[in-house]
Amino acid sequence: MKLTRRNALALGGAAIAVTLVPVNATFAATDLTMADIAAFTGGAEVGEGGIELTTPEIAENGNTVPIAFSAPGAKRVLILADGNPSPGVATFSFSELAMAEGSTRIRLATTQDVIAVAEMADGTFTKVSKSVKVTIGGCGG
Amino acid sequence: MISRRDFLQASVAASAIYGATGWNRAAAQQSLTQDKLLEFDTTGNVTLIHITDIHGQLKPIYFREPEINLGMGAVNGLPPHVTGADFLKLFNMTPGTPEAYALTYQDFTSLAKSYGRMGGLDRAATVINAIRADRPDALLLDGGDTWQGSYTTHHTQGQDMVNVMNALKPDAMTSHWEFTLGIDRVNEIVETLDFPFLGANIFDSEWDEPAYEPYKMFERGGVKIAVIGQAFPYMPIANPGWMFPDLSFGVREDRMAQVVAEVKTKGAELVVLLSHNGFDVDRKLAARVDGIDVILTGHTHDALPEPVMVNKTMLIASGSNGKFVTRLDLDVRDGQVMGFAHKLIPIFSDVITPDVSVTKLIDEQRAPYTGQLSEVLGITTNELYRRGNFNGTWDDLICNALIDEREADIALSPGFRWGPSLIAGQDITREDLFNATAMSYPNAYRSEMTGEFLHVILEDVADNLFNPDPYYQQGGDMVRVGGMGYSIDVTKPQGSRITDMTVLKTGELVDPNKTYTVAGWASVNEDTEGPAIWDVTEAWIKKQGTVTIDPNTSVKVTGT
Repeated sequence: MKLTRRNALALGGAAIAVTLVPVNATFAATDLTMADIAAFTGGAEVGEGGIELTTPEIAENGNTVPIAFSAPGAKRVLILADGNPSPGVATFSFSELAMAEGSTRIRLATTQDVIAVAEMADGTFTKVSKSVKVTIGGCGG
Repeated sequence: MISRRDFLQASVAASAIYGATGWNRAAAQQSLTQDKLLEFDTTGNVTLIHITDIHGQLKPIYFREPEINLGMGAVNGLPPHVTGADFLKLFNMTPGTPEAYALTYQDFTSLAKSYGRMGGLDRAATVINAIRADRPDALLLDGGDTWQGSYTTHHTQGQDMVNVMNALKPDAMTSHWEFTLGIDRVNEIVETLDFPFLGANIFDSEWDEPAYEPYKMFERGGVKIAVIGQAFPYMPIANPGWMFPDLSFGVREDRMAQVVAEVKTKGAELVVLLSHNGFDVDRKLAARVDGIDVILTGHTHDALPEPVMVNKTMLIASGSNGKFVTRLDLDVRDGQVMGFAHKLIPIFSDVITPDVSVTKLIDEQRAPYTGQLSEVLGITTNELYRRGNFNGTWDDLICNALIDEREADIALSPGFRWGPSLIAGQDITREDLFNATAMSYPNAYRSEMTGEFLHVILEDVADNLFNPDPYYQQGGDMVRVGGMGYSIDVTKPQGSRITDMTVLKTGELVDPNKTYTVAGWASVNEDTEGPAIWDVTEAWIKKQGTVTIDPNTSVKVTGT
C-alpha cells in the first residue's frame, strides 16, 4: 500500500484553534472538491455503493480525526475533506492482492463532509460521504 | 403530542410479548405505603434493577422534572419529550397525585410539601433488598454519573459514593462524569471495585484498543445474560478532554454490533445494554443495531413509567438523583424474551424506611463536613430548579451572581441536567449550592467576546441539542444566558437558529462587532482562570439574604 501525502497539514500538524465559522448543516461539494474528484476520475461518472467510510459523528479533536475506509476490489481511493481550504487529504493505491482498506487521521477546519472516492478494478468509480461535526464543545449535561 | 393509544400501539402493545407495568389509575388511588410502592407481580426468571445518574445524591432531595423537553425531528412529541399535563394525560395520571409530583413539574412546591423529598441511597437500599428477597439473583446495574455532583463527592473525589454504592453491591456500572475526576483517580477507584466498570465504546486513542471491559457475562435464573456497557459517547467534547487525554469514545455503532455478535457467540440468551448514551441516541441505536433485548438508558435523566419499544428492543428510563429505582422482570425462554413486568419505583423518602446500615454509612461519609454542609447562605422565595431545555431559576440565580460579582455585561451558565431543586421559601445551604455546582472545573472566567462570537457559541450549543439527528446531539440542555435575551427557532439549521440577541439592560440589539464582558463557568479549556463558581455564588447569596428570581421571559422559542 502506498500513501501519497497530498497535504501535510491534513495529517496531524500543530494544535491550532478550531476555526469558528457559522456553518450550515448541509453541504454541496465545493468547486475545489469537484475539481479534485474530476482530476482523479478523469471526468468519468461516479456511482455509489461498494465503499464504506467510518468517521466519528462528532470530532473529539478537529486537529486529528480518525477515519477508515474499505472498498473491496479497489485500485485507488481518494480521500477529501470538503470543507477544508485545500480539500485533498490522501490517495491510497493498492496492488491486486492487497485488501483495499486503510485508515488515517485528518484535520478538519470545521463541520463538513469527508468524501472517499474509489477507482474499482474495472475502471468504474464509486463514492461515499459522511458528515463530521466540529464543535466548540462544553456543556455536557 | 401523541395519544396514549398511539403510544401503546407504538410500544408495548405492538410487541409480541406480554407485559405489565406498575403504574395505573388503580395504583394512583391507593394510599402511599412502602408495601404498595414495592408491590410487584414477580414474573419470569430474570430480574434487572436499574439506577442511574445519581450525581452524588446520598440523601433525599427535591428534583423538579422538566417543563420544556423538546424532541427534534422524528421524536417530536414522543416520550420522553412529553411534559407536564401532556405527560399525565399520556400515562393516565391525575394531577396532584404522588405520581404527578414524582414525574412532572406542575404545582411542584405545594406537592413537595405534601409528599416530601425523594431518593436517598438508604431508601434505595431498602427497595433493592426487598427485590433481592423476592429474587435473590437479581442484577443491580448502575448507569453512571454516580461519582460527581455534591459537596462530599467533590471533597472526597468520589469516594463517598464509591463506599455507599459498594454497600448496595452493584453487578456492573458504566460512566460519564466519573472521568471528570481525572483518569488517574478513575483507574485508582476501578481497581478497588468488586464489579466491572464497563464501556464497550471507550478506546485508547493512541493504539485504538479497548480501554475498559466491554461486557460481562452472567448466569441468572438459568439464563445466560450479557451486560454490555456504553459510556457517554461525547466525553472529550462535552467535558474536558485534557482530564483523560488518551481516551476516545463515540457512539461506535459498528463496535456495538460486533460486541452483540460476540456475546451471542458466547451463548448470551439475553443481551442488556447498560447505556449512558441518552434516550434519543439509544432509540436510534436500537433501530440500527439488532440483537439488544433491553437498553437501560441514562444521561438525559428521563423517568418513564412504561418501557418504550423499538423493534424488539425495550428501552427503560429510570430518572435521576436517586428518585427512582426500576425493577424489570423478564421471562426468557429459548433465547427470547417472552414476557416482562416493569415498575419505575418512586423513592418517596418519607414512606420507604431507610436501611439502617446504609444510613450509618452515609452519615459516616458526611460526618467530616457537617458544619460546612449545613451552613445557611440565604433563603429563596422561588422554586430553584435547573432541568429543562432553556433557563431554569437555579441558573438565573447563578447568572445574576456572575454579572454582579464579576462585573459582566452577559453571563453564561452551562445547561447541565444535574442539580436538585429547592422549593419556595426554603433555606439555601452550602450543600444545596454545591448540589448545583460541584464539579472539577468550576473556575468562573471573565473575558471579552464580540457579539459575533457570542452568536457562534449559542448556535454551536443549540446544534448540540437541536440537531435532528440524535448522533449529533452531544450537548446537555441549552446554555443559560444572563443579561441577554434571544429568539430561537429550533427547526432551523446551525447558523440560523438564533436571532434578536438583545442586551437586556439597554434593550439594544447585540452588535456583532462590539465587545462585551462575559462571565461564565465550566469551560472545557485547560488553565481557565477565575474563582470557583460556588464561591462567586455564595458571596452573592449572602449579600442578598433573601433571593428572588424574576420570571425569565428573555428566550423566545419557536418551531416546537
